[in-house]
Amino acid sequence: MNAHAFEPLIVGFFCHYCAYASADLAGSMRLQYPPNIRIIRTPCTGRLEVDFYLRAFENGADGVLVAGCLEGGCHFIEGNLVAKRRVNQTRDLLAEIGIEKERLRMVNISAAMGRPLADIITDMIKTVRELGPNPLKSTSGNKKEQKDFVQI
Amino acid sequence: MIVAERKTIPELIEILKGQKKVLVLGCGTCVTVCLAGGEREVSIISSALRIASRLAGFSLQIEELTIERQCDNVFIEKAAEAIERNDAVLSLGCGAGVQAIAERYPAKPVYAGLNTAFLGILEERAVWTEKCVACGACVLHEYGGICPITRCAKHMLNGPCGGSREDRCEVLPDRPCAWQLIYQRLKGIGQLDRLKQIKPPKNWNASIHGGLRVIVREDHRI
Repeated sequence: MNAHAFEPLIVGFFCHYCAYASADLAGSMRLQYPPNIRIIRTPCTGRLEVDFYLRAFENGADGVLVAGCLEGGCHFIEGNLVAKRRVNQTRDLLAEIGIEKERLRMVNISAAMGRPLADIITDMIKTVRELGPNPLKSTSGNKKEQKDFVQI
Repeated sequence: MIVAERKTIPELIEILKGQKKVLVLGCGTCVTVCLAGGEREVSIISSALRIASRLAGFSLQIEELTIERQCDNVFIEKAAEAIERNDAVLSLGCGAGVQAIAERYPAKPVYAGLNTAFLGILEERAVWTEKCVACGACVLHEYGGICPITRCAKHMLNGPCGGSREDRCEVLPDRPCAWQLIYQRLKGIGQLDRLKQIKPPKNWNASIHGGLRVIVREDHRI
């Protein structure tokens, strides 16, 4: 494999009550998915603000995957519905800024969905790989952030 | 409450082109309530501008700050140091806030980040509607508390126009006919006879058409 081939870095904001547990399940099931994702556990996707997503891109993420509970199944009643609206708002804002909106995606999964989660992550990485690197990486002034990000 | 909305990011990038260090200054009063220029929006717009400016080929260094109120010198004071150490200010206040900052700092470019839209209220969650055009000579008492100048698309003082369908405005079909509302309201408070009076043309000198408006309260001056 070409050492310089583009390997996307995806930041995953995963809800503690569902997606994070399904990632755990995927691990227990010994399911394979590409190692390009860095999963951050959040108490609820409703906690995620628009600038969380923007700052991920600002600091070099090629894509952001938000995974919340199935609609109707939020531990906090409607946190995932709030997140859905915010993600949609951020996708529009990204398009306005000049970053492809496909780099940000929200999915709804339950704690029992280990295999679908592995498939979702694989598909997200495929999408971002086709889009290419975060356009900010080709601009100056981001070298330090990129380096820091890769080292995480 | 003053209601405003954000300018688009490409517009802001065009405005800020050539600047290096910019203070994005939010206001904690009206524009915070209408989700256009408070602390949360300062954070979002700053992040968006950092990304967009880098994509446009110039990297903006942005400092973020939100003060209680931009239209008052007492509160502007709290932003003094931040304003001094930046090349320019992008104010997320209303038009009054932007001008208050600009007057206070004659040597500092101050740009408006919002389009100040109208005086209105929160009708339902995340929906604001215009209620007042600040005409300077209020006639609300004659119309049961519903302003025909603001809420009638034709600004009619002697309505209705005859074009409304059911209770909807013919110009803006998604809005209720203001004159229907006025009728119902006056009927409810037993003042329907007010509709029989013909209102003379309004004197617009008290509005913006009469030039800059200033109110002086001698009893409170020092």
